[in-house]
Amino acid sequence: MHLILFAVFATFCLAGAINLLVQTHPINSALSLIVVMTSLAVLYLLLGAEFLAAAQIIVYAGAVMVLFTFVVMLLNAGREERTLGSRAAARVGFPAVVALLAILATVILRTPGLGAVHLGRDLVSATAATDRSNLALLSTVLFHELLLPFEVTSVLILIAILGAVALARPSREEGTGSK
Amino acid sequence: MNAEQMTTVLLHHGFIIFASLWLIPLLPFVGFLVNGVFGARLPKWLVTAVGLLAPLGSFVVVLIDAYAAWSGVTLPVAEELALNHRAIDWISVGSLHIDFTLVLDQLSLVMLLVVTGVGFLIHIYSVGYMHGDPGYARYFSYLNLFLFFMTTLVLAGNVLVMFVGWEGVGLASYLLIGFWFQKKTAADAGKKAFVVNRIGDFGFLIGIFLLLANFGTLTFSEISAKLTASPAAIDAGVLTAICLCLLFGATGKSAQLPLYIWLPDAMEGPTPVSALIHAATMVTAGVYMIARTHVLFDHAPKALALVGIVGAATALFAATIALVQNDIKRVLAYSTISQLGYMFLACGVAAYSAGIFHLVTHAFFKALLFLAAGSIIHAMGGEQDLRKMGGLRKRLPVTFWTMTIAVFTIAGCPLLAAFFSKDAILYAAFLHGASGRILWFIGLMTALLTSFYMFRLWYLAFLGELRSEQHPHHATPLSMLVPLVILALLSIGGGWIGIERISAYLSPSTGALPTSAESNPHLELNLSLLAVAFAVVGWFFADWLYRRRPARATQLASAVPAAYQLLANKYYVDEFYGAMFVKPLLATSKYVLGWVIDVAILGGIAWLLAGVASLAGMILQRWQSGNLRSYAAWLALGAAAVLLFVLLHGTGFTFATALRH
Amino acid sequence: MTFLHHDVPLSWYLLLSAVLFSLGVVGFLIKRNLITVFLSIELMLNAVNLSFVTFAYQWQAVKGQIFVFFVMMVAAAEAAVGLAIIIAVFRARATLSVDRIDLMKL
Repeated sequence: MHLILFAVFATFCLAGAINLLVQTHPINSALSLIVVMTSLAVLYLLLGAEFLAAAQIIVYAGAVMVLFTFVVMLLNAGREERTLGSRAAARVGFPAVVALLAILATVILRTPGLGAVHLGRDLVSATAATDRSNLALLSTVLFHELLLPFEVTSVLILIAILGAVALARPSREEGTGSK
Repeated sequence: MNAEQMTTVLLHHGFIIFASLWLIPLLPFVGFLVNGVFGARLPKWLVTAVGLLAPLGSFVVVLIDAYAAWSGVTLPVAEELALNHRAIDWISVGSLHIDFTLVLDQLSLVMLLVVTGVGFLIHIYSVGYMHGDPGYARYFSYLNLFLFFMTTLVLAGNVLVMFVGWEGVGLASYLLIGFWFQKKTAADAGKKAFVVNRIGDFGFLIGIFLLLANFGTLTFSEISAKLTASPAAIDAGVLTAICLCLLFGATGKSAQLPLYIWLPDAMEGPTPVSALIHAATMVTAGVYMIARTHVLFDHAPKALALVGIVGAATALFAATIALVQNDIKRVLAYSTISQLGYMFLACGVAAYSAGIFHLVTHAFFKALLFLAAGSIIHAMGGEQDLRKMGGLRKRLPVTFWTMTIAVFTIAGCPLLAAFFSKDAILYAAFLHGASGRILWFIGLMTALLTSFYMFRLWYLAFLGELRSEQHPHHATPLSMLVPLVILALLSIGGGWIGIERISAYLSPSTGALPTSAESNPHLELNLSLLAVAFAVVGWFFADWLYRRRPARATQLASAVPAAYQLLANKYYVDEFYGAMFVKPLLATSKYVLGWVIDVAILGGIAWLLAGVASLAGMILQRWQSGNLRSYAAWLALGAAAVLLFVLLHGTGFTFATALRH
Repeated sequence: MTFLHHDVPLSWYLLLSAVLFSLGVVGFLIKRNLITVFLSIELMLNAVNLSFVTFAYQWQAVKGQIFVFFVMMVAAAEAAVGLAIIIAVFRARATLSVDRIDLMKL
């Protein structure tokens, strides 16, 4: 069961990624990425990260990608482009990527100690014997130890909002902008 | 309270004496600082007060010390810079240990009396002479600076401290010669003096190094002790070398052959400066130095002989040049060189105390001569040419009478000061063997010439009728006249103390006078009469040429034009030096140093560096393409490289083991 | 069909992550449209998230998942700002072609 699920959704991931590259119009690429993200959500579920799966769908696929899609449509971007890219980047980049992948693959495949994934095994805290849910575990750590980073992240998002608004505003004609 | 009790009191309050040696250089130094830094802003009377109080203070301290010395305190009194009774190390490197020491012994006491006493008189004189000058404060600060260094030189307990003073007086001399630096000749003269001095100083420095290497110490007392204890310990050749180096330094400072050329040019400075520095004190530093290190010279007879030869030759040489000079100060300058030659002659026959005696009397009459000349120049509104003077006898009476005394003194008139000192020198020379006789004869001839040119000056300046339209119009102020009178009195009575007493007093520090061993009063009297006769002959010639028929002088000159030209142009020595040394040096500077090193090498290096920098910039500029994707590509490549590096070195993972499985 | 009941080795998840990442890099390098480049960056981030979750599973550490949480937050913020920049760039240069936006050229 696990294997099938993995196989299917991994294939979706790869297909979406490759499609992202192959497509010329950005809107197609964006939609492919949505497919990738959704598949990844399923994979997270397989790995026992339920909250993250939900977050992935809600935040990433639901908000970020929608934002992307809006921008694409707003800018009416991308006249269909034909070619595959500048030669210099290709010449330097491709070998780099291939090398990168090779290294990573070697490391991954040769590292001893990577076990197997058991479907249905929840993420169990190493210390506590209780079977708390993933969400409970997550929130315990998040709101106890990592409260400060959490709050800082919310400030970060606030700043990002402000920045985005300031940047994307049409250029000041009447000087209506006020901080 | 008698002298003994006074001495005891002074000794009990030991700090009065033992602190006071430091005051002697310190007071002028403070004067230098005050006038130098604040002088421009202070009112004139304050500048004068500071400028006079400093040398006066030094003189008073010297007098106190002299009194203490003569009432029985044993000399030498050595003072090291002692705070908390620990000598502060000045130089302490490995086995080399030199302290900043001031020593007061008989020799330095006599010298100090001259330096501070005559110095003070000249300071007073300067008040009047430099009255209207805009650089008034600067003048006094330089003068005090000179006094500081000179006293340091005299009081020095070791060669290095003396060298500090030596260099310092050279600096002060440069500053004062070039005092009116806007005038090109003055600035050039200052430079010339400094450079020529420097050449001599180089010899002195080599001498210091040799001393240090061979004796391990630079303290005068220690050197004397070492040398007298074991004369054979130091190689005679080395001793001669040391003495030759020291002699070279002395010729530079005391304007002897071959380094005398700066002194005539130094007359560009104000006349009191010429009186103080270039007649009474600084130029005598060379003689003083030889007297101080006389132990070395005593053990190096060849060097000592050279001292005598240099002295005699210079005396004669300078006297011949003085015969035809027309600038009153030039005559006096060459006269100074000539008289210094006498002092060197004295040292050359090991009669050091006679040399010092002549130094003292010379200070009196030469300073007087210069100051009187200054008075004439001041009265004539700056005129220095003898041919434009004359008949000043009536118009400047005080100057006339004081200068007359000085002229008679230098000519060797009996009972006046120089008679005794010159006589002592010539007598010592005569007794010094065959070579001594030659030196004696040269001295005698020089005396004739001295008498001649001094009386020539006297006649041209004071007697006859005024030869220029410019009448003396500036009245000589009292501040200038008083020192003249005092110096005149000293010139009259300065020699009465007699050579025997002087040499007896100085003998602990300068060695006994060789003549005292074999005293032959008959011979002495005959020799002195002979010298007086020669002087009278010189006077007669001067009278014949310049008083009876003034036109005869020019006739004589035109009769021997070649000789006259040679003398008038100072034997073309300056031109010779210029061609031999100065021009090649300048050419080397300009072409080798200027072009090859400055332009070619350094400029080339700079050009190269700039080229490399801009070339690198041009190459690296291509990276900044602005092309986003090439940036991204390099980013990826860099990431891959970092990852590879971390994998290979950081983690425990090794490709080797991995690939083997 | 017992093989279907086999467990999936963790290394396969990691491999998938690596491949997705590489594809992201390729897209980042090749694509000419700014937005597509940005999309590739998001792909890379997701790949990394997957690897984090995998390791969290392996080490039974919830901190791994928390890290993913934070990555998501930051990525969201970054996407917002980045898109705003793209809009601004588009307004200034009227093009979204990467090669034409070279104002940083010396």
